Amino acid sequence: MSSNNNMSLKLKVWRQENEKAKGQMVDYSLEDVSPDSSFLEMIDQLNEELVEKGDEPVAFDHDCREGICGMCSMMINGQAHGPESETTTCQLHMRKFKDGDTIAIEPWRAKAFPVHKDLMVDRSSFDAIIQAGGYVSVNTGNAQDANSILIPKTDADLAMDAAACIGCGACVASCKNASAMLFVSAKVSQLALLPQGKVEAEQRVLNMVDKMDELGFGNCTNEAECEASCPKAISISNIARLNREFLSAAVKSRH
Amino acid sequence: MSTSLVARFGTSVVKKVAMGVTGLLLCGFLVSHLLGNFLIFVGADAFNLYAYTLTSNPLIYLAEAVLLSIFLVHLFMATKLVIENKKARPVPYYSKQPTGRGATIASSTMPYTGLVILIFLVLHLLHFKFGTNYDTTVDGVAMRDLYKTVIEYFKTPLNVAWYVIAMAALSMHVSHGFWSAFQSIGFNHPKYTPCIGTLSKVFAVLIFLGYSALPIFCFLQGGQS
Repeated sequence: MSSNNNMSLKLKVWRQENEKAKGQMVDYSLEDVSPDSSFLEMIDQLNEELVEKGDEPVAFDHDCREGICGMCSMMINGQAHGPESETTTCQLHMRKFKDGDTIAIEPWRAKAFPVHKDLMVDRSSFDAIIQAGGYVSVNTGNAQDANSILIPKTDADLAMDAAACIGCGACVASCKNASAMLFVSAKVSQLALLPQGKVEAEQRVLNMVDKMDELGFGNCTNEAECEASCPKAISISNIARLNREFLSAAVKSRH
Repeated sequence: MSTSLVARFGTSVVKKVAMGVTGLLLCGFLVSHLLGNFLIFVGADAFNLYAYTLTSNPLIYLAEAVLLSIFLVHLFMATKLVIENKKARPVPYYSKQPTGRGATIASSTMPYTGLVILIFLVLHLLHFKFGTNYDTTVDGVAMRDLYKTVIEYFKTPLNVAWYVIAMAALSMHVSHGFWSAFQSIGFNHPKYTPCIGTLSKVFAVLIFLGYSALPIFCFLQGGQS
């Protein structure tokens, strides 16, 4: 629905044909953008115009559009998921911008996240890290009675906080070293804190860190830009836990 | 299959730990070096005697070798990390803005302040340890008059200014490095981490004030030794 508050925007969008092509920032003008639309709806509006003109629409990842799937990864004016803290791109609304604003939109940049097309990056490096150990092996049997394993409330809460990670990659994108430490630390912590995860804790942390290094992510320098950019506010105290878990496992593990 | 401890030395976590542990040890050196140098305020004889006691002990070579090794590990790891981290993002952003909620000026300039400290260290050793050798006697014992070398060097305002600037870089470096070392070795706890953060800033300020006081005091002596 159009209203008087609708905005005109200047967009600078990264356009790249495919993995091998050389990309560039392309300028677009977009009129009549409702302040009530989400950032992704604004790009939908741009794409409708592009399709009408017979141009190729801007490719971008999105799925749930309610802030829990972690797909809508993009750098907005140099910030992962845009200027709002604890907010994914899909939950960012255009009322956070002003009429006449210029908005630069880019894909995540990291060696381990190659650009597929336009704003879409390949985040399967995260899948490879999970496959290296980010799971609990449950080979047989029925689910146990809910109260048969006692877990202190504080541990349950910390594990739940770590489990809030949606694997969007904003930590890697915002880190000046393109380090994946926050992601890996959240995935290690959510299991290491619980009795079910402790069984495989040593092997898990060693394998996941080895995989992270192998994939070409950078090294953490404790600047906390990851925590600040994380739409789920995952704390860097998880990174300290990862370091502890890793050191103790490296010394103790028989593997 | 068993992976040896040595094979784990190259992992990102161990590299961070190496930076943190060597960094904390170097912080320890900063404190002992500063306290020793405060003897400059007491006078020429006290300072020269302190320098003589240190350098005439044969264990000084062992201590110097250990200190040099710690420093070289810190320097080697830092260089390796900077190179690896540059490689981790081959295509730069068109625009990149800090969130304002994470990185600080100190944290984002660590390689640069580190480089200033490295240049300072080389010049510092050339000016003092390997600087002009004057002779003096304290209580009948012949020894080096290091006090005179120091006072002579800080007669020049430019030398004082460079020293203070380098100490500002050092102070910024440790303000991030000190708390960061605890985080790297895995020490993060809601009870202690905020205290370590504050302690880190206080330590940085004290290092700056303490070390800057030395050249300013020497300058105010007006070249009189």
